[in-house]
Amino acid sequence: MSVRHSLLALLSAGPMHGYGLKTEFQAATAEVWPLNVGQVYTTLGRLERDGLVTAVADADGQKVYEITGAGREELARWFETPVPREVMPRQELAIKLVFAMKSGVADVEAVVQRQRVATVRALQDITRLKAAAESGGDMAWLLMLDALVFQAEAEARWLDMCEARLAKENIAAGMARRHPEIPADQAVERSS
Amino acid sequence: MAVLDIDQAGRVFGSGHLRVVALDNVSLRVGAGEFLAVMGPSGSGKSTLLRLAGGLDRPTSGRVLLDGRDLAGLDEAGLAQALRQQIGFVFQEANLLASLTAAENVALALELDGVKPRPAMAGARGLLDSLGLGAVGGRFPGQLSGGQQQRVAVARAVAGGRSLLLADEPTGALDALTGESVMGLLRQRCATGCAVVLATHNVRHAAWADRVVFLNDGRLAGETGPPAGPECLLGAGQVR
Repeated sequence: MSVRHSLLALLSAGPMHGYGLKTEFQAATAEVWPLNVGQVYTTLGRLERDGLVTAVADADGQKVYEITGAGREELARWFETPVPREVMPRQELAIKLVFAMKSGVADVEAVVQRQRVATVRALQDITRLKAAAESGGDMAWLLMLDALVFQAEAEARWLDMCEARLAKENIAAGMARRHPEIPADQAVERSS
Repeated sequence: MAVLDIDQAGRVFGSGHLRVVALDNVSLRVGAGEFLAVMGPSGSGKSTLLRLAGGLDRPTSGRVLLDGRDLAGLDEAGLAQALRQQIGFVFQEANLLASLTAAENVALALELDGVKPRPAMAGARGLLDSLGLGAVGGRFPGQLSGGQQQRVAVARAVAGGRSLLLADEPTGALDALTGESVMGLLRQRCATGCAVVLATHNVRHAAWADRVVFLNDGRLAGETGPPAGPECLLGAGQVR
C-alpha cells in the first residue's frame, strides 16, 4: 500500500518528523491525495512495529523517524514491482513515479519500463477477451471491455510521455556538461 | 525452426562523430503462426528492424535468417526472389494500383510469383472471400473506404501463402474501429501459420499480438512474454 511506501521513500532521503512527512507528501503529490496527520502517525506506528523505521526523540522531545535497512529493502521491492491493476484507481502508479524521482533511490526509467510491460500485458489479456467477445454479440460486455482497453491505453501513453520527458532531460543534462556555452533551452533542439 | 531469426543484429549509419547506432545487438525469433508487435518511440529502431527483417537493408553486424537461410548469403537475384515469395509488406498507405480492381491488385501479386492470370484471379477471389472482402473484389480502389483499401492491401501482402508478413504502422490513417478490423485480419492470418511482425505506436493495436517487444535507442528494452492463461485476465496475475 502506497502511503507506507511513500513515507519510506521520503525517509530514504533522511530522518524526518511526522508533520514534515505529511507536508512533503502532499507537496509531492500536488495534494491530489489528501493525507491527515493521524494517518501519517498510524502508518509510522505500523512501519516502526514492522522494523522498517525507527523513532528517536530529538532535543525538543519530538519523535524523529529514520528508515532502517529492512525499510530500504522494502522500498526497493516496491520500485521493482509493477502496480497491480486492482489498485490502479488509487493513482498508486503516479504516486510511485513521483517518489521514484524525489527519493533518488530508484532507476525511474526502469520503473517506467517495468510498468509498461505489465500494462501492455494486461491490455493483451483484455484484447483477447474482446476478440472472443466480438462473435458473442454481448454489446454491454464489449463496451465494458472497450472501457478497460482505453484506460490501459491511457496509462501506457502516459508512460511513453514520462519516458520521453526523462530522455529529454538526460540529453539536456548531457549537453549542459559537454557544452556549457549553449543555453539550456536550445541544447535539446540542437541534439535532436 | 523460426520463420524469422534476427540474431544479434546491429545497424550503424555513418562513421566518426556522425556515427548513428540505429540498432544495437538485437535478437528476436518469430515462429510460424506467431504475432509479434514492436513498440518504441520515434527513432527507436522499429523501422530499421523491419527493413532488416524484410531484406530491404542489411545489418552491419549479426545475421538475419529467413526460414533458416542467412539473407547475407543470397545474391541480388536470390534475395529478390526470396523476398517476393516469402515476405509480404503492408505500409501506412495501402498503395493499391488505382487502375486495377481490388481482386486484380491481389491477383497481380500472384502473377508476379509466376501463377497464370486465370488461376491467379481465382486465387485472389478465394483469398478475398476468406477475409470477408468478397463483396469488394470487383471495385476499384477509388470506390473503397480507407479501411477496405488497407484490408485489400493485407490480402495482397499475404497472397501466395507467404510465411512472413511485415506491417509498418498499417493502421496509422484509420479510425479506431477500422484499425481493429485490420488487426483482426492480421490475427486471422496467424491462425493459418503466417508469422506477423507489426511495428506500431498504437498500444491498443500492439495488444492484439502474442508478444510485444519494446525498443529504445536501438536496444530491446523489455517484452511482455508469451500470452498468459485466462486465469490471469482482468486483475491478478500480471505481476511476474
